[in-house]
Amino acid sequence: MPIDWFPLWLSLEVAALATLISLLLGIWLAWLLANKKFRGREVLDAAATLPLALPPTVLGYYLLVVIGRASWIGHAWERLTGSPLVFTWRAAVIASTLHAIPLLLKSSRAALENVDRTYEKAARSLGASEWRLFWRVSIPLARRPIAAATALAFARSMGDFGATLMIAGDIPGRTQTAAIAIYDAVESGNTMVARVLVIVISIVTAGIVYLSNRLEQRRA
Amino acid sequence: MIKLTISKRFPPGPGSAAFHLSLELEAQAGVTALYGPSGAGKTLTLDSIAGFFTPDTGRILLDDRILFDAGSGVNLPPRQRGCGYVFQNYALFPHMTLRGNLAFAACALPRLERHRRIAEQLDRFKLTEMAGRYPHELSGGQKQRGSIARALMASPRIVLLDEPGRGLDAVLRADLYALIHELKSAFQVPVLLVTHDPEECFMLADRILVYDAGRIIHSGSPSELLRNPGTAAVARLLGGFSIHEAEVIALDPARQTSRLRFLNDEISGPHLRGVFKGDRVTLCTRPEELIVHTAPGDNRIRGVLRRFVERPQFIRAEFDNGLSVDIPREIRRSLEDAAAKTGWWIEVPPSSLRQLSRNVSAAE
Repeated sequence: MPIDWFPLWLSLEVAALATLISLLLGIWLAWLLANKKFRGREVLDAAATLPLALPPTVLGYYLLVVIGRASWIGHAWERLTGSPLVFTWRAAVIASTLHAIPLLLKSSRAALENVDRTYEKAARSLGASEWRLFWRVSIPLARRPIAAATALAFARSMGDFGATLMIAGDIPGRTQTAAIAIYDAVESGNTMVARVLVIVISIVTAGIVYLSNRLEQRRA
Repeated sequence: MIKLTISKRFPPGPGSAAFHLSLELEAQAGVTALYGPSGAGKTLTLDSIAGFFTPDTGRILLDDRILFDAGSGVNLPPRQRGCGYVFQNYALFPHMTLRGNLAFAACALPRLERHRRIAEQLDRFKLTEMAGRYPHELSGGQKQRGSIARALMASPRIVLLDEPGRGLDAVLRADLYALIHELKSAFQVPVLLVTHDPEECFMLADRILVYDAGRIIHSGSPSELLRNPGTAAVARLLGGFSIHEAEVIALDPARQTSRLRFLNDEISGPHLRGVFKGDRVTLCTRPEELIVHTAPGDNRIRGVLRRFVERPQFIRAEFDNGLSVDIPREIRRSLEDAAAKTGWWIEVPPSSLRQLSRNVSAAE
């Protein structure tokens, strides 16, 4: 039986997009938490970390409530684009993004807080704006741990099952990601397909974890 | 010119006592040394000028610009203050080459002008060949020059140096001193130099501010401070002084002299301010102004030699009564031979005795 590679490509695409979005959001939140003092700072941190701790199905349920066809976000999306947001690959991206953000936020916040404050003082006294300081000094100095966390976040978003199933469904050729395809293959007795997908995913993930560790170590 | 009057109260924290910083200083072009023990408020002074720390009250004026004024709520951000800050650990950005570091400081200049300035600055600080290197590929002295070069890129109106000599060996230190002297003549801006090395103060500074516990307790040129340390606290901080108690036996205002009981001997002293017969006074001496003899005589006090201490330019003889005397290296042998028979006598010229005030704050 020929193997359908679509789920694997879909997983990689969803993970890539989700990682990109969570990288931007995660770093922005991390900068906010590391540099700004405002009320509810730690609450925000806790809320952003929650997806890491919640059971994926619970997260999926919340997402259904927030972006489902009955919610105002889902409704607005449907009015704008003519099709619902749930049960599309976009919904899978949203689920994966929520899973990836906590990893990126935690690591980036720690990395930004670890940057020697003297460099920031130096940059400011040399006339740098906060924007320039952030992009030219803080981020480059924190790049290794952030890159390591990005690799892990990619692996994490590639492997999501529960939340994705709840909100994007299991539509072969449209929203069926690799993790879900493996489950389907096992359920329907397609052992060969399951094995091939498991092996490919394991190799990709092992590669990413290795890369992440290398990045982390070279920081020292 | 910088003019600063600030105060800030730090409440006691875990592991730190309450601290009250209260300063008033004015510095012209030239090197002003901020001298004192660790935790006296020297670096806080630099940080308040650079804008890294906000005082509770007061104002800071740099030339005709108000950097900070608690009364009207003016508090310019660091990037608008025009301070060239050289940090203790150099703080060269590790992910940029030396050229990149200088370019970072010159971003406000147009492109061609920027290139010209960077090339000029690299040349002035003898760093042209190292321009493409990263900070970890530079030696301590090169990093030092690099960080000073970077701080001067944007033509600051004041230069703040935080313990620049720390961690440098004697050769690099000499290079640094030469560089600071050159800097002083090339840029007509105030240079504030934080240090707790008295030698650095006397070598570099045009004026010294002596800090203790959040206050400036004395100020003056190096020679003024040596001539009149003012209080025992300052004399102790500057080092090199021997401090002694003495009793006033007689005063002769007409001849501007006094008689003192000093180290169990009676000697002539200088005119003393604000004292009466029978008062106790605190006096200090400097080892280069006392003279060693091997026979008794006028104003000479008997002493038992404790040891000789080698110094680069002379030998310091330390006596058991607390006095120290600097002598030329060549005469040590002959003095020792003679003193073996007669003992040591230390001449204390009246002019070498300086009265110290008992107050914490010195009268200027």
